[in-house]
Amino acid sequence: MEITFRDAMTVMHGMGFGALFMLAFSGAIAIIYASATGAPPDAPVRGRTLFRLYLLSMAGLSWLTVLSGSYLIYPWYRATPPAGATDLAAYPQHLLLSNPMTAGWHELGMEWKEHIAWFTPIAMTMVAYIFIAYGPQLARRRDLRRAALGFTAVAFLATAVAGTFGAFLNKEAPVHGGPEIVLLRGR
Amino acid sequence: MARPKSISRVRPVAEAAPALPNGPGAAAILAAGVGSLALGLFALAGDAWPALGNALSVWPPTGPLSGVTAAAVVVWLVAWAALGRIWARREVNLRAVNLAAFAMLAAGLLLTFPPIMDLLEGR
Repeated sequence: MEITFRDAMTVMHGMGFGALFMLAFSGAIAIIYASATGAPPDAPVRGRTLFRLYLLSMAGLSWLTVLSGSYLIYPWYRATPPAGATDLAAYPQHLLLSNPMTAGWHELGMEWKEHIAWFTPIAMTMVAYIFIAYGPQLARRRDLRRAALGFTAVAFLATAVAGTFGAFLNKEAPVHGGPEIVLLRGR
Repeated sequence: MARPKSISRVRPVAEAAPALPNGPGAAAILAAGVGSLALGLFALAGDAWPALGNALSVWPPTGPLSGVTAAAVVVWLVAWAALGRIWARREVNLRAVNLAAFAMLAAGLLLTFPPIMDLLEGR
């Protein structure tokens, strides 16, 4: 059982950072909802610290997702093949554009994904800041909660678009190559 | 008969904490809107004008995306720092701030959608 280095990095970007971030969304919505009722009086400090760490981790994951995607995976995706190359398997963007039936995956999918994903870390950093700065005062700050909830919802949408296209793109033209990492040797 | 307030409804922490004006929060929200709009505008401009796209290619392996996102992040952080300084101790009209932030966020999202980009570029 082996995997190439580029495959491993793509898995880390999509399934490690991205999917973990998506899974955390329901918790973020629950935290924002809970903030409307104030912190539980029996464990206020520990509860608030946990909420803050949770949202900070989400913001951190969103930054790791876009930075690994833009600066690690994307250069492999958009690499230019040498002149006269006929096997484009190692050049996903050019492979997709070489066929009118797959060109749309790049022209719509990747062109949208590469930009829309960047709305998420901006939004989630703002949401984490609001919760760290205001804490239990958010119970009396409905407009702040509404903004946090709205930006969180848009971040979810942006991540869903980027993640869905990422999964389809990697199926149509996988980022593949580099040194092979042996995970398990068969008998 | 009215039900007495239970202990769990008491909010000692919320009441005890010194109230922070909404200005710093409003600054963060409006700056996020400004950064989102900047992202859309830079993405559109980089796509519409190849010369600008090349100039935005600050890290060639990633191409124009590197400059588009870096410039948007810089605009976002500068806006946040500036607004945060101006509104540090102020109560502002948060409803208007939210409206402006969401309008800019929506515009930014639309500007990154390839069919809208193509429409605006006359393709």
